[in-house]
Amino acid sequence: MKNTPLCALTALELGAALHGGEVSPADVLEAARERIRACQPENNAFITVTANSVPAGEPADGPLAGVPMALKDNICTRGVMTSCASKMLGGFQPPYDATVAEKLTRAGAVCLGKLNMDEFAMGSTSETSFYGAVKNPWDLTRAPGGSSGGAAAAVAAGEIWYAIGSDTGGSIRQPASYCGVTGMKPTYGTVSRYGLIAYASSLDQMGPIARSAADCAAVLDLIQGKDPRDGTSLEGSYGTLLRSLTGEVGGLKIGLPAQCFGDGLDPEVRRAVLAAADALRSRGAVVEEFSLPVMDYVVPTYYIIACAEASSNLSRFDGVKYGWRAEGYEDLTDLYHRTRTEGFGEEVKRRILLGTFVLSTGYYDAYYKKALQAKAVIRKAYDEAFQKYDVLLTPVAPSTAPKLGESLSDPLKMYLSDIYTVPLNLAGLPGISVPCGFDSQGLPIGAQLIGPALGDGVILNAAHAFQLETDFHRQTPARKGGAAV
Amino acid sequence: MKITEEMVDYISVLSRLRLPEEERGAMAAELERIVSYMDVLESLDTTGVEPLSHVFPVKNVMRPDRVVPSWPRADLLWNAPGHDDEAFLVPKAVE
Amino acid sequence: MTWETVIGLETHVELATKTKIFCSCTTAFGGEANTHCCPVCTGMPGTLPVLNESVLEFAVKAGLALNGDITRFCRFDRKNYFYPDLPKAYQISQLYLPIVRDGRVPIRTPSGLEKVIRIHELHMEEDAGKLVHDPWLDQTKCDYNRCGVPLIEIVTEPDFRSAEEVVAYLEKLRSTLQYLGVSDCKMQEGSLRCDVNLSVRPAGSEELGTRTEMKNLNSFKAISRSIAYETRRQIELIEEGKRVIQETRRWDDNKDATFAMRSKENAQDYRYFPEPDIPPLELSEEYLDHLRAGLPEMAEEKMTRYQADYGLPEYDTQMLTGQKALADFFESTVALGADPKQAANWIMGQVLGQLSARGLEAKDMKLSPRTLVHLIELVRTGKLNRNTAVKVFEAVFADDGDVDGYVKAHGLEQVSDPGAVAGAVEAAFAANPQSVADFHSGKEKAFGFLVGQVMRQLKGRADPKAVNEAVRKKLDEAKCGLDK
Repeated sequence: MKNTPLCALTALELGAALHGGEVSPADVLEAARERIRACQPENNAFITVTANSVPAGEPADGPLAGVPMALKDNICTRGVMTSCASKMLGGFQPPYDATVAEKLTRAGAVCLGKLNMDEFAMGSTSETSFYGAVKNPWDLTRAPGGSSGGAAAAVAAGEIWYAIGSDTGGSIRQPASYCGVTGMKPTYGTVSRYGLIAYASSLDQMGPIARSAADCAAVLDLIQGKDPRDGTSLEGSYGTLLRSLTGEVGGLKIGLPAQCFGDGLDPEVRRAVLAAADALRSRGAVVEEFSLPVMDYVVPTYYIIACAEASSNLSRFDGVKYGWRAEGYEDLTDLYHRTRTEGFGEEVKRRILLGTFVLSTGYYDAYYKKALQAKAVIRKAYDEAFQKYDVLLTPVAPSTAPKLGESLSDPLKMYLSDIYTVPLNLAGLPGISVPCGFDSQGLPIGAQLIGPALGDGVILNAAHAFQLETDFHRQTPARKGGAAV
Repeated sequence: MKITEEMVDYISVLSRLRLPEEERGAMAAELERIVSYMDVLESLDTTGVEPLSHVFPVKNVMRPDRVVPSWPRADLLWNAPGHDDEAFLVPKAVE
Repeated sequence: MTWETVIGLETHVELATKTKIFCSCTTAFGGEANTHCCPVCTGMPGTLPVLNESVLEFAVKAGLALNGDITRFCRFDRKNYFYPDLPKAYQISQLYLPIVRDGRVPIRTPSGLEKVIRIHELHMEEDAGKLVHDPWLDQTKCDYNRCGVPLIEIVTEPDFRSAEEVVAYLEKLRSTLQYLGVSDCKMQEGSLRCDVNLSVRPAGSEELGTRTEMKNLNSFKAISRSIAYETRRQIELIEEGKRVIQETRRWDDNKDATFAMRSKENAQDYRYFPEPDIPPLELSEEYLDHLRAGLPEMAEEKMTRYQADYGLPEYDTQMLTGQKALADFFESTVALGADPKQAANWIMGQVLGQLSARGLEAKDMKLSPRTLVHLIELVRTGKLNRNTAVKVFEAVFADDGDVDGYVKAHGLEQVSDPGAVAGAVEAAFAANPQSVADFHSGKEKAFGFLVGQVMRQLKGRADPKAVNEAVRKKLDEAKCGLDK
């Protein structure tokens, strides 16, 4: 312990060191502050850094008590700006805490601030933020992925030990993959959405980004659970994920959808993900390729549904109750138009317009209704796959982190790169992104393990087994502003 | 699917967004490209498929009809760009 | 040419739940602006709606009572539009799968016409806030206290042909919902309000004309007058060779006319889609059976029972059951031992008279059944005469005052001492010999005069029957005396 910098520990290791009295809460807090001071000017992972002191009184119990973390800036925190990285919500201080924030506070989490992201979680690069682009700690000329790019970057840079992100179409898993950390979108409904500023309500789900699958399990143990304030939240058995990690995958049946390894996939990514399959096979898993033809339809289905819901969810930002209000308006209608036109960025406006279009008279049936039918077909295809397999293994993204500024010029191309992550949101399924290698430029590659509904424990255990077999998740970027670890 | 500038105008008004004159054409072209890509769904046979609005069969989630004290008004108004400590203020909306 | 008016109604009714439809704020009327609010009903980002179970229960009960089909699998939808009274910029409502379809409401108009009004659908939704323009600030103030108050919207088929039918339907609807206890239907507080869709066509035509919609009419009078006005306006337009434009019109009570509302900036395109935040509802047969079994006795059933058990005429039973609170009052008086016919007479005469004179509804009245029963008893036992009792009733009605105290304080007890009556008769005869003579010469009218004189002496407190008898007896005696 003495020779390892604190920022190289996993959250559970740090929690254990705190619990065992090997480090003091004050030292931990100071170490985190120092890393944030050093890294923030480089990677811009935070929108708000909160001035925390060591919590007074008896420390909370639990494996993560006292471990510093941060929340994506679309998760409401009472009295602390929650901006969704948008000019529209500049200065917005929610009068209440999200359920997730409440639960973490109760578990003794030390929240160090709010993390940068794509505006309103719409994007795959964290470049659409009103507060400036986030940069990938592995290569500061590259994007960290998105939309939870600040969360992934801050964990990768060792500024915090875990973060809570949100995932509507891959927004936890893809940046985790680009930044070489572990990120999980749990089964839809297992984490209360109360207090998560909605992008697409039927697809949004919060989850952890951390340094290991075990860390993710420990965080989920704290934040999952039915919430009377979220009607879509599910009953479940909570607090048992961490304990159930055995690393045993003997006989586990793993399916590889052929459509996820075909055209459009970077060969280096393919090789790394297939190598991950081999690693699991070496621990006794049974790996098999199968066909999943619905993959052709997942991206259009996703963007129709997500944009439709977004167009409605973002209507409340009208300059009346909170956030930005334009100046120089002539009347009420003008106030609405100016506020929304000036307050939203390009990508957000594009998606609102798209969503408005697919719901408008004359197009609802052809687009929105059709997408809901396609969603049923996609859900069924996954149900059938899980009749045969315990988990599925795919890439997280077709390539590694792109150069900053490369993606935004072609929105459609950016949408298409979400192909491996969006079907899980459509079908409500859990998925975890684990580091599984590096490309020739030294950029991290991620593999995605997908489970059936409520199979969160199964994929966590498979990911844990993989991380017992490999050490990709322990690799950290060499960086300035602090000792390379 | 052809997206005309008139359609862009229509959905802009519905969503209370005002595109500058010079951006409308580009936006129409871009939306058309995206929507045309979405037309791939036409090739998916969904005959007889019930649209799936809610992914899990969770049903009948309700709360008891019991009053909980409302919030301090100041908490609800503190973020409002226009208010008079009692109400949210907007430009004239009623006669 | 003769014209026929065709009317369909959309009625919004506030449900009498304790809390709002999607959050636990109170639904109490009034209160300072934005004090019955929370992050959910003010549309704060990140908040989520959770359905109030009483809303579903009340909506289903209403559906059952209106003889509708209950949708076993139903959902909420979002209706999207921008307006400052709607903080989320969408209203959670039901479009695709409303909770009730195909109801039937039999009505009877005062002129005796009986018909069935078909209910197209009934759905649940949330109310919007209140906007008040402040002329000093020249700004509009948004008060979200009413945001999220639960409503049911009841949509009829275009089955009405006159304002009379519309009012009969609304009275029936109001009575039904009050009997169910699902709404107080107070029009003055806006808990029952109507949109009227109206068109005209040549009598006998099957085709519907172009309709206009009149919004938010909140009194029966406004509804009747706006229908009369709008019918006339449309007929005149057509007869002048012009066309009726499909539009929304506002009724102005002061000007007694409807006016086209400024058309909104764009066509209405609400972009309804299923509400993702609220899981669907699937209603079991057990749930419906349970609610069905718990439905209270409705007006028609009470009418039949009152006729059978108490022998009351149909007219009386209709009057008594017109308002649930009145029927409850009647049943309490009978339960306390009052003669049903006596109780019915008092209620139809005095109670309804007082309510109408004071502009009150039965449920707002303070008078207790016990007070009325006591008054009836005082009359029955001869302690008060009926006219005096009516005066006492009027005095105690407003605050359910103390009958005995009032009677004593005003010295109204009936004079039942035969000696006192006899003395007064003696005095009256002595003072009016001419009247006695008139009577005996065949002028029947003199009898009434003598009775009146006796009552006057007794300050009206004597039992009129006893006075009649005493005067008659004295006249007979006097006649005998003459004959002898």
